[in-house]
Amino acid sequence: MNMAVIPTTSHYPAAQTDEREQRRTLSVLVDNEPGVLARVIGLFSGRGYNIDSLTVSETEHEKHLSRITIATTGKPMVIEQIKHQLERLVPVHRVVDLTETGRALERELALIKVKGKGDNRVEALRLADAFRARVIDATTESFIFELTGKADKIDQFLLLMEPLGLIECSRTGIAAIARGPESM
Amino acid sequence: MSNEMTGAEMVVKALAEQGVKHLFGYPGGAVLPIYDALFQQKDVQHILVRHEQGAVHAAEGYARSSGKVGAVLVTSGPGATNAVTGLTDALMDSIPVVVITGQVPTHLIGNDAFQECDTVGITRPCTKHNYLVKDVNDLSRILHEAFYIAGSGRPGPVVVDIPKDIQFAKGKYTGAKNVEHKSYKPKLKGDMAKIQAAVELMKNAKRPVFYTGGGIINSGNEASVLLRDLVKLTGYPITSTLMGLGAYPAADPQWLGMLGMHGTYEANWAMHDCDVMICIGARFDDRITGRLDAFAPHSKKIHVDIDASSINKNVKVDIPIIGDCAHVLEDMVRLWRTSSAQPDKKALADWWTQINKWRARKSLAYKKSSDVIKPQYAVERLYELTKDRDTYITTEVGQHQMWAAQHLHFQEPRRWMTSGGLGTMGYGIPAAVGVQMAHPKSLVIDVAGEASVLMTMQEISTAVQYRLPIKIFILNNEYMGMVRQWQELLHGGRYSESYSAALPDFVKLAEAYHAVGIRCAKPGDLDAAIKEMINVDKPVIFDCVVDKAENCFPMIPSGRAHNEMILGDAAESIGEAVTEEGKMLV
Repeated sequence: MNMAVIPTTSHYPAAQTDEREQRRTLSVLVDNEPGVLARVIGLFSGRGYNIDSLTVSETEHEKHLSRITIATTGKPMVIEQIKHQLERLVPVHRVVDLTETGRALERELALIKVKGKGDNRVEALRLADAFRARVIDATTESFIFELTGKADKIDQFLLLMEPLGLIECSRTGIAAIARGPESM
Repeated sequence: MSNEMTGAEMVVKALAEQGVKHLFGYPGGAVLPIYDALFQQKDVQHILVRHEQGAVHAAEGYARSSGKVGAVLVTSGPGATNAVTGLTDALMDSIPVVVITGQVPTHLIGNDAFQECDTVGITRPCTKHNYLVKDVNDLSRILHEAFYIAGSGRPGPVVVDIPKDIQFAKGKYTGAKNVEHKSYKPKLKGDMAKIQAAVELMKNAKRPVFYTGGGIINSGNEASVLLRDLVKLTGYPITSTLMGLGAYPAADPQWLGMLGMHGTYEANWAMHDCDVMICIGARFDDRITGRLDAFAPHSKKIHVDIDASSINKNVKVDIPIIGDCAHVLEDMVRLWRTSSAQPDKKALADWWTQINKWRARKSLAYKKSSDVIKPQYAVERLYELTKDRDTYITTEVGQHQMWAAQHLHFQEPRRWMTSGGLGTMGYGIPAAVGVQMAHPKSLVIDVAGEASVLMTMQEISTAVQYRLPIKIFILNNEYMGMVRQWQELLHGGRYSESYSAALPDFVKLAEAYHAVGIRCAKPGDLDAAIKEMINVDKPVIFDCVVDKAENCFPMIPSGRAHNEMILGDAAESIGEAVTEEGKMLV
């Protein structure tokens, strides 16, 4: 049934719903062939969907399969569209909505460079310890930390490093997997 | 080894094995080996077009009118980029075509070589799938796969990009048998529980309407037969999109005419007031729905589509059924027959009474004239004089296309080839070339506008070369009529650049191409001129000089709902018909 009209700036006056935007993590099993990532990214940009994070790597070498993990946001109708549009791509085997199936684990890795001397340096090291970040490179005036965890844990760590001399960071994007004995 | 051959030979062999009799194309440096292989065989006939866009539209016309997969061969670089409009057109309208493009040799790819372009990159968003062949031993498998993907599921265009060195290289050919894809597996059968629920909802409907589309035609002729069975069994009214015309016979009393922006009053009002909508093989396109928040507000909706991504894209439906139209219709017909429930006869009688009141408005009526040819009159006469013949119609895009959709009444599927989704001006002539190749003995007419037709006029030369007696019936109003109509509606009648200035003399143009030119400017002469056109066994350009100011009605102005459509007799006030918000829309 149609909902009440809410003024919109969109090109077409859509049937507005009061549904809120949701964040979803999708796991996409694809043939590891040239252009497959371009197909996925082109789909998102061409249809105006959001990509909050995207990671891709070959996961089964013999079968030439790669796994793409996409974090996206959208209203439920858009999320449903995204899944169906992905499934429509010829080299896509499966699309699993890890948020919907629940019980999924999400991790991200970040490499974080912090520069500083004196108290700031000590404090950075102390916080790194609390966050279980490893020091993988050091000079007398800098550290590079390796930190793994949920994306918000990394966000939090970066926030704390900011006043202590955060120089730059490189993040992998989210890798995610469902809990339990079953495979996707 | 007997199945050892060059890549170029594989292309020709694979085409022959796929049953391709006609290949539309244009040669160039990067496909010369394939043209050499074509030269030395007789299975596949090559049709030389005059522009690669024409090759793809011709293949589309061929595919739509015959149910086969259309085949195209073009060269690298500009050959491929010229094909892009046709590819996008085929994607939007779900037309199965395989386009083989030449590519610069593998070692030059990425070097900005002469006539190089990133064909797979450019065509990725405008194809169902595409391939760049990197090993000659993959070539035959890829070609067979391309035909399978193009023609199955929701059909669409597939590009196979073949570097020139691969065309020369020798490798092993594998046959077309048992083509299966690892990940691409279209689902044909619908979910039985959902179909049952749908039939139950249909049985309980008080104001039902069938809304069908091109999916019925793509599903095959069996789907049209089953649709007719189901509609007859139910006694419910039926309307269709532009793409679906002909799936249900227009002569039948249950037929309401086309729906949408230029659809009939009865079709659009039935859609707006229905309580159960049965959408089969259509996709709730913006030309159909009008304002979404006022689209069929009191209805439960059933949506049958082979493409899951079409469901709940624009309009939320109550019973989605993912499957092929013919398969689902077969189940629906069976379940309807076996179910003991009876529809509410009284409610249905009331519904038909209401529909007949809407019908009585005669929304396609227009003011007749005895001194100037009204475009609607021209199309009406064309219909009357061709309806008993074996006729196929193509169109360009614009007012003439809508008048053709309104006033030509199709009784069978695959008789109507038009560019619906993309709205490609210039589609009609090359499509007619393709249709005539598939149906050499039939009457093929391109209902055209004088502006559209100039976009691909060069294909008349193709028609002359292959003795294809296509008829180009131009409704010449010296305007890009639909542009002018929208300028009248939205922009205060300031006809910015929509006048067709410096038009050629179409009769002389026809003669210059060694075709036949006919001009008619008087209603009284029209029948004789149309008969003359039909009887000439050559390509004809018919310059039908029509009323310059005529607008296409009825019309749902953009941003309005189905029940806010304007009719021709209320057309004096069209300047105020569009809201400020509506002006933003296309």
